[in-house]
Amino acid sequence: MMAAAGPSRWVQSRPRWLDRLPRDARAFQILFLAALLTTGVLLRDFSVRPLQIALTFAAGIATQAFWLNRLGLQRKGFLSAIVTCCGLSLLLRSDMLWAHPLVATLAMSSKFVLRIRGKHVYNPANLGVIAAITMLPGTWVSPGQWGSDLALAVWFIALGSIVTGRARRLDISWVFLAAYLGIVALRVLLLGQPWAVWWHQLGSGALLLFAFFMISDPMTIPNRPGARIVYAIAVALGAAAWQYVLFKPNALIWALFLLTPVVPLLDRVWPGERFAWRAGSGHSAG
Amino acid sequence: MPSLSARRTRIAASLALLAVLAGGSPSAGAFCGFYVGKADAKLFNEASQVILARDGDRTVISMRNDFKGELTDFALVVPVPVVLQESQIHIGDPKIFERIDAYSAPRLAEYFDPNPCEVRKMAREMAMPASAGAVLNQKARRDQALGVSVEARYTVGEYDIVILSAKESNGLETWLTRSGYRIPAGASRALQPYVRQGLKFFVARVNLAEQAKTGFAYLRPLQFAFDYERFMLPVRLGMLNAKGPQDLIVYALTRNGRVETTNYRTVRVPADVELPTYIRGEFSAVYKALFDTQSKREDYRVVWTEYFWDMAWCDPCAADPLSPDELRRAGVFWLDGDVSPAGAPASEKPRAGGAQPVLLTRLHLRYTRDTLPEDLMFQETRDRQNFQARYVLRHPWQGDAAACSEVKGYFDEVAARQEREAQTLLRLTGWDPDQVKTRMNTRPVATPKWWERLWR
Repeated sequence: MMAAAGPSRWVQSRPRWLDRLPRDARAFQILFLAALLTTGVLLRDFSVRPLQIALTFAAGIATQAFWLNRLGLQRKGFLSAIVTCCGLSLLLRSDMLWAHPLVATLAMSSKFVLRIRGKHVYNPANLGVIAAITMLPGTWVSPGQWGSDLALAVWFIALGSIVTGRARRLDISWVFLAAYLGIVALRVLLLGQPWAVWWHQLGSGALLLFAFFMISDPMTIPNRPGARIVYAIAVALGAAAWQYVLFKPNALIWALFLLTPVVPLLDRVWPGERFAWRAGSGHSAG
Repeated sequence: MPSLSARRTRIAASLALLAVLAGGSPSAGAFCGFYVGKADAKLFNEASQVILARDGDRTVISMRNDFKGELTDFALVVPVPVVLQESQIHIGDPKIFERIDAYSAPRLAEYFDPNPCEVRKMAREMAMPASAGAVLNQKARRDQALGVSVEARYTVGEYDIVILSAKESNGLETWLTRSGYRIPAGASRALQPYVRQGLKFFVARVNLAEQAKTGFAYLRPLQFAFDYERFMLPVRLGMLNAKGPQDLIVYALTRNGRVETTNYRTVRVPADVELPTYIRGEFSAVYKALFDTQSKREDYRVVWTEYFWDMAWCDPCAADPLSPDELRRAGVFWLDGDVSPAGAPASEKPRAGGAQPVLLTRLHLRYTRDTLPEDLMFQETRDRQNFQARYVLRHPWQGDAAACSEVKGYFDEVAARQEREAQTLLRLTGWDPDQVKTRMNTRPVATPKWWERLWR
């Protein structure tokens, strides 16, 4: 066992009581995503029906069970499936009931089918959402559903930092946010817009959720810290181009989707220690 | 049970109200531009109304210029993506705004309880539009600056139009000032982001001679057609001389799905609830209070969806659906009629159930300078779930309390329901509970004290 590499030094100097908490970052992730989903449905008028959420989870977990059983990987468990189903419920909107379970099935299967050198390629929720909005009728993503709220932003950042910090991937979240908000700041300066525009972007729930709960997925980003920084900047540039050059909606999830194929390439050119879950508390595990 | 003739009378009464509301709603719009006064005239500005017809990159914007004031004071500045040709500018029909407003306005539906002794049902619906928005004061203040290049100059209908391009916002401000427009303070800063994005400026004012020729006492809407990859509305300029919150209603006409904003929350206005029957004659006041309260509660940061439906039908209909000809006049450019053989009657009413490939989203927002830092960016979702801001009145059965054994239970149920209706009204409008209770004039629903429940 060795101490974790990477810039998330605060993880190592955290108080002792944190050691008694669950080691798997996904436990926190599920807790927080569930809290955000509840907040969204109750206080932010998310247009998702409870039955759609239930069907997402039923299909996602069943698909995970099917693949684990088929590949004899029972010990891998269901945490990842639950995380993906939370993500899909938070992001995907549909006027039909069958879209969510179909997408959940597709997303979970992608983890077992689309693999390069033993690592799945796409973040399942990202792939699922893109597949839905490009191929299924009656589905969409509402990037404005969280609005822009600085109080909510503080919660996103706090909860997201805990999860991503425990997975030792906080570097990618911060670098991505810094790069993206840096581009927005540059645009504000160049166009002479009021700074309120920048704050409005910073408070965007969709941006923060993406930074701390999607791009930080340790399984689908480069293993080497340096490569992660390059990758985070590339995604930020891609998203800014999508939004401010092409003027198309859903820039973040499109940029991530389009740049994901670069990850196996970066891992090859610039190999690093592969991530494994249950590796919290500053230790790596195999 | 009301007779058929009583029912007719009631529908007639509701139509009369509709006419009064339509005639009596003052509104002056300054949505993407600002109105510029030459004197220190106080300009009133209620709900600005815009129709946005869009399919792919093709966009037709119609702006209602319901300007109250000296026509010589009217001026409109709108950032546009290209130098518009004269043929891209068109004078619209103000009636289209009235039609589309009446068709999509929040409505009231009315039902009558059946005689509890017979299980028979008689439902009735009626619809009324709501007038929305608050009267706002606008005051233009004098500001000075300098010069610009005029790309084109047209007179279209009653408007003298110039299309300007500017290298610097100061230059633009100067040009406008020198040409006799009064620019509100801060115009240059507000214009700057548009200048730096290379946008052109559509500037219109009234040609009094041409206006006199039209014979109308009002200004007609301006429409522009252009290709633009951005689905947006430049509202920031309109805030320059705004002092308080402003209202904007956007009627988005699309082909595939509901329209929502991507940089602000888009939420359905609270609807589909039962309200006390006494509000029947004052629904517009209720809706106005509801919209005030809800917007304030959300800190003016929410875009409300008031209506989303296929243009072919409605239930209940607040007004007849727009005919293909009216849709075309509203800017819809993709109707079958465009390719149908010549000679087909253009004003043919839509067939019942025959789907028009046109979807109407009515978005209503109240905003202030601080709550809307960025222009509105939209997306067309693939959502096709109909929605209407519909409020329900349920009239209790008026009958003999001794008619049958079910009556007592029925009246208890009615009392409980009326209490719920009152609570809903209070929650939505923030009105004074005592007044509502007095107005309801129902059997007082005394909430039993806790000790009364104990020693029952």
